[in-house]
Amino acid sequence: MDFLIFKAPMLMVQASLDGILLGILFALIAYGMALQWGVMNIINIAQGDLVILGGYIAYTMYLAGIHPAWGVIVSPIIMYFVGWALYKLVINKVVDRDLFISILATFGIAIVFQQLMNFIFGADVVVAQSEYGTTMLFDNSVTLPNSKIFSAFISVLYAIALVVYMKKSRLGRAIRATAQNARAAKILGVDTEKVYAATFGINAALCGIAGALISITLTLHPYVGLPYTVRSFMIVIVAGLGNLPAVAISGMGLGLFEEFADYILGTEFRIGAVFMLLVFILVYRRFKLSKKREYLK
Amino acid sequence: MNKLVKLFTIFISAISLTLASISSSFAKVEGEYIVLGSAISLTGKYSSNGVHTQNGYNMAVERINKMGGVNVGGKSYKFEIIYYDDESNPKRAAQLAERLIKQDGVHYMLGPYSSGLTKAIAPVTEKYKIPMVEANGASRSLFTKGYKYLFAVLSPANQYLEVAIDLAVEKNGGKPVRIAQAFEQDAFSQDVRLGILDAAKRTGSEIIIDDKLPKELNDMAATLAKVKATKPDVLVVSGHTKGALTAIRQIAEMKVDVPMLAMTHCDAAKLSKQHGKKSEYALCASQWHKNLSYKDKFFGSGKKYDKDFKKEFGYAPPYQSAESSAALLVFKDAFERANSFDRDKVRDALKTTEMQTFYGNIKFGPGGQNTAKPMILFQVRCKGDVCENKVVAPTKWASDKFYHPIPKWSERS
Repeated sequence: MDFLIFKAPMLMVQASLDGILLGILFALIAYGMALQWGVMNIINIAQGDLVILGGYIAYTMYLAGIHPAWGVIVSPIIMYFVGWALYKLVINKVVDRDLFISILATFGIAIVFQQLMNFIFGADVVVAQSEYGTTMLFDNSVTLPNSKIFSAFISVLYAIALVVYMKKSRLGRAIRATAQNARAAKILGVDTEKVYAATFGINAALCGIAGALISITLTLHPYVGLPYTVRSFMIVIVAGLGNLPAVAISGMGLGLFEEFADYILGTEFRIGAVFMLLVFILVYRRFKLSKKREYLK
Repeated sequence: MNKLVKLFTIFISAISLTLASISSSFAKVEGEYIVLGSAISLTGKYSSNGVHTQNGYNMAVERINKMGGVNVGGKSYKFEIIYYDDESNPKRAAQLAERLIKQDGVHYMLGPYSSGLTKAIAPVTEKYKIPMVEANGASRSLFTKGYKYLFAVLSPANQYLEVAIDLAVEKNGGKPVRIAQAFEQDAFSQDVRLGILDAAKRTGSEIIIDDKLPKELNDMAATLAKVKATKPDVLVVSGHTKGALTAIRQIAEMKVDVPMLAMTHCDAAKLSKQHGKKSEYALCASQWHKNLSYKDKFFGSGKKYDKDFKKEFGYAPPYQSAESSAALLVFKDAFERANSFDRDKVRDALKTTEMQTFYGNIKFGPGGQNTAKPMILFQVRCKGDVCENKVVAPTKWASDKFYHPIPKWSERS
């Protein structure tokens, strides 16, 4: 077969590195989704829009003359409170309800966020410049933007911090307890209401970090949130809830898969291939489950 | 009491009905005003270009009204536009077109922003036989459907980058070139692609990469890695503002060396402002540039239009505004030549339009597209940190020489 990628080994290296670096970033968003899905049983359709909002915070800083990389610190702080407020306003009313209701509610939030961002920041596509330069490997045949390396590094850093926090801190323990059994946790004195609010806040903060990183690696536009929601949804489906290493691996795997699909099937089938993979995995998991005859809640 | 209420209701509805019928029967020309209608994207994803379009329309209305208005039957009339916000949604745009025509009684329409929305409205205006002059729908498919009431002042999409291929061949000593191309999968970009395919066939050039970018794509790393590996003579990218910004960002980051880079939407993406020196040497297709030498008596020259527009709206006019202003000049001309408000007479007058505006010559082909105006190409050139768009083709208007080939990244500071 006549595939460019098999003729040029360096292209393979390039594709792998591109895929992995991007995958790590997606994994961060997906981990936020897995966290609040696991704890609150809510599928957050507005996940991608929270990411974009986080990006716009970094972009606003860039316009004000501050280096957008500082967004990875400022953006999560602001986004935590956005998430917290969102919980108090809307999510707390749907948290114990049917999954369908929460999807509907977060879908509504997504639309409101898109329109608000369009209203405040305008409908132009924008980018923030990090001026980080490029790392060249193998005699310039493989080029890696330093902004992508930076974003992967920051994602890993925050992910580790979060894991430690979940293991060691009081709130982290409370969150894990609530995820395991909300009723039991409540009986044992955990303020689940507070845990839910904090979880949603942490998720929004993770989105804020990812958004700030996207503002310097990719592009921002009020209406491009959905692809991020879909990707993180997919990663979570593959990895399962509350399992960070699995989320990281599945994120990188997805990034790799996308890149290679681009080379082998063509760019136009890149997204299509990802959806095909999702269908395949869902069918496979069902098949595996029915074999094991496990009881699933 | 009940009877009284009933009587009152009948009375009110009778009055409102009469009023409605009066207003609609006179809506096309109310007193001294000729009423035009337009559904335009003031919110939603096209809102920035929608506003550029609206500003262009408003600027022309104001100018024409101030300079004596439209003379029909020895009487002077003024233009007035009814706007509705289509929310960047084709379905909504079609509904609003119906509403403008049926409820507001509009008999002449101005186009919306984007090919997609124009495509949604055209069947409606065609059905009611309403002449529409549009300035922002360039898709070739608009002009192959046999529409009789649609007139576009702009060049069709397939002409956007054809010139670039000719230029590349010329720079290659008349020999065929190797083309890498990446186009978004939407009507407009795919039409631009067809233009390139034609040009490639004509010049015997070979297309070595032909990527179709999905709508959601914000990462072109794979395409660019392929470009790096295959070393084409020219790279063509069209994917609206997102495509232009992504391409420049990643070409600079991945240090992709290509002798020539041709794109669309550089103007709308504010490429030279957002990316600065990274965007230098990019070759961009444009419908209009202020340095062109066209003239008319309303706006003077392109440079004067640029100055007046800046004064009025506080920013330099993108070509989307210029072409929108031109649409009103076309309408004025047609009304005066028809010397009537009869829709079909106005339509026939539009069909025989042959005029020069500050935006360019306008003459409509059989499909309604403007055949008299060539596309222009400009190149981003920087002096220090300030980057500007310099016209490089066609040679008649070129203010600067086309810089070719693009220096390698290792040689660029």
